[in-house]
Amino acid sequence: MKLFVLSVYIYLRGVFLATRHFSLSQQLERVRRAGPDHRSLYWWYNRRRLTDLMTAFLFLSPSLLLFGVFVYYALGFNIYLSFTSWNFLSETKTFIGFANFERMFSDQRFWRVVFNTFYYAVGSVTLSLIFGLALALLLNCQLPWRGFFRTLIFSPYVTTIAAISLLWIWIFDPRYGLINYVLGLIGIEGPRWLTSTTWAMPALIIMNVWHTVGYCMVIYLAGLSAIPRDLHEAAAIDGAGRWAIFRYVTLPLLSPTTFFLVVTSLIGALQVFDSVAVMTRGGPVDATKVFNYYIYEQAFAFFRAGYAAAVALVLFIMILALTAIQIHLSRRWVHYQ
Amino acid sequence: MATTVVRPHTRRPMQTMQNRWERPLLVLLVVIVSAVIALPFAWMIVTSLKPDLREVYIYPPRWIPSTLAWWNYVIAWNSAPFERYLFNSVFVAGSVTALQIINGCLCAYVFSRIHFPGRDALFLIFLAVLMIPSQVTVVPVYIILSRLDWLNTYWALILPFAATAFGTFLIRQSFLSVPDDLADAAVIDGASHLQILRHVMIPLSKPMIITFALLSFNWRWNDYFWVLIMTSSDYMRTLPVGIVAMRAGEEGGSNWHIMMAAAVIVIAPILALFILAQRYFIEGITRTGLKG
Repeated sequence: MKLFVLSVYIYLRGVFLATRHFSLSQQLERVRRAGPDHRSLYWWYNRRRLTDLMTAFLFLSPSLLLFGVFVYYALGFNIYLSFTSWNFLSETKTFIGFANFERMFSDQRFWRVVFNTFYYAVGSVTLSLIFGLALALLLNCQLPWRGFFRTLIFSPYVTTIAAISLLWIWIFDPRYGLINYVLGLIGIEGPRWLTSTTWAMPALIIMNVWHTVGYCMVIYLAGLSAIPRDLHEAAAIDGAGRWAIFRYVTLPLLSPTTFFLVVTSLIGALQVFDSVAVMTRGGPVDATKVFNYYIYEQAFAFFRAGYAAAVALVLFIMILALTAIQIHLSRRWVHYQ
Repeated sequence: MATTVVRPHTRRPMQTMQNRWERPLLVLLVVIVSAVIALPFAWMIVTSLKPDLREVYIYPPRWIPSTLAWWNYVIAWNSAPFERYLFNSVFVAGSVTALQIINGCLCAYVFSRIHFPGRDALFLIFLAVLMIPSQVTVVPVYIILSRLDWLNTYWALILPFAATAFGTFLIRQSFLSVPDDLADAAVIDGASHLQILRHVMIPLSKPMIITFALLSFNWRWNDYFWVLIMTSSDYMRTLPVGIVAMRAGEEGGSNWHIMMAAAVIVIAPILALFILAQRYFIEGITRTGLKG
C-alpha cells in the first residue's frame, strides 16, 4: 500500500517536472545575454524533444500498465489456462493440451449453447433493426413533439438491465402478467413464457428488442438526416412511388448505417448475460443457456477455470471471425455515397 | 453529369407529399408506439404503488391502485442495505468515470499532439483493446485480483476499468479538431504540456468529454456481470446486484409490489440523469454510434 502511494506520488511529481517547456522568450533572453551563440537555440529544440518524449511516456504509462495487466496479460493467461485443467485452488495447473477443446466440441450441451446464442443474437438484431428503421422513418416526418417521442422511445436503452429484467419477469408472469393479459384481450391464450422451453428464448428476445430499439432508431435517424433531399426529390420527379423511393434510394443510402448496426449489435448480442442470469438462469433445461452464462457457470459455479477459459476463447475467436466475414461480405451490399 | 449543383442540406426532416389524413394517422401511430414502449414503465410504477398482494395478484389487472401505497418504497428501501448499494454504485461509477476522463485526456493528448517514432503502433495497441470482450479476460483477472487480495474490494471494481480505449479514441477525435496554431502559440509562450492540455485542449473539447463521461457513468452504473463475479459480500454490492440478490431473499420473491418499488429506486437515478442530459446522450450516441 505504501509502495503504491509512493509510486503515485513519484509519478505525479514527474508529470509536473517533466512536462515543462521553457518559453521561447526565455530562450531569446539567453541568446541575447550570451551573445550570438546559436547552440543555445539548438539546446532549446533538443530540450523540447526530450520533454515531448518524457511527457508521452508519463501520460501513457498508467493506461499502458492497466491494459498490459488487465487486457493483454489476461488474454495471454486465458489462452494458457485453456490448455490446462485447474479448479482455482490447487497448487498446480495440469497441462492437458487440447483436451478442453475436444471435450467441448464433443459435448452436446456446448452445441446447444452455440445454437441458443445465435438464436438470441440473430432474433434480437433482426427485430431491433427492422423496428428501429420503421420508427426512424416515422419520426423523420414532421410531427409535433418529435423530440419528446424520440427521448421516450430511446429511454429504455439507458436503464439498468438487471432491474428491468425483474420487471419483465413480472410482465411475463403466465397468470397475472401484463403480456398474457393483453394477449387475452385479443383472445389468445398466452404461453407460459419463462418456464416454457419454447417460449423462454422469444421472451428474452422481446425484452431485448424493447431495450435496444430506441438505440437503433437514433442511429437510423442520424443516417436519414445525412441523405440529401435532392435525391428523393429527383426520384419523385422521375415518377417513383413511395415504396420505390424507399427501396431504391433510402435503403441503399442507409446501408452503411445498417452495416454498422448489424456488426455492433451482433457483437453485443452474442455477449448477452444480465437478462439471462436474472430471468432464466439458463433454464428451463438449458433452453436459454448462452455463451456468457455458460462461461460464468463453468468458472464460478463448477470452478473449472481451464474449461471456462477455453469456452471464452472459442467465443472470442468466433466473434472475430464473424466480424471479419461481415466486413468481407459488406463489399457486396454496402454502398458509400 | 457535367455539372453538379451543390446545395446546402438542411437538417429539417424530409417533406413528402402528404394528404389530409396522413398527418393525423402518423401522429396516432407514433402515440401508439410510444405508449407500447412506455407501458412496462407504467406497469412497474402502478404495481409498486399497490397496497397488498391481493391487489397485485388480480385478474384482470387493475391500473389504479385502491390506495397509493407509497410506503412500499420505504419497505423496499429498508429490506436491503440500499443506502450502501447506492453509495457503492455512485462511488464506483463516479471514480471509474473520473479516472477514465483523466486517462483518456492524457492519452488522447499524446496521440494527437506529440510526435515520436512508434506512436501509431502504440495507438493500434490501444484500439485493439476495443476488440477484446470482457469474458476472455474475466477468469484471468479474477485470478490476478485474488492473488493481489483485492477481490471483494473497490479496487476490483474500479481499477480494471480505469484506462479506456474507447474514451481515448473519442477524445482524440475531438482534440484533432483543435487548430494546431492555438497549441503552438501556447508552446511559444512557454506553457507546459499539462498546461496546454488543461487550458487549451480540454476547454475546447468539453462537449465530447461530457458525452463520454455520461456514457461511461451509465455503463458502470448498469453493470451487473463484473460486480456479480468480483464481490461476495453484501456491503460491496452495487444497486443492480443488490436488487437481484434481494429477490432471492425473503422480502422479494413473489412480493411484486415491493420488488417493483425497489426496481424504481434503481432505475430512477439513471433515468433522471438521462432526461437531464439527454441532448449529450443522444448526440453522443449518434456521433460516435458506439457502445464499448
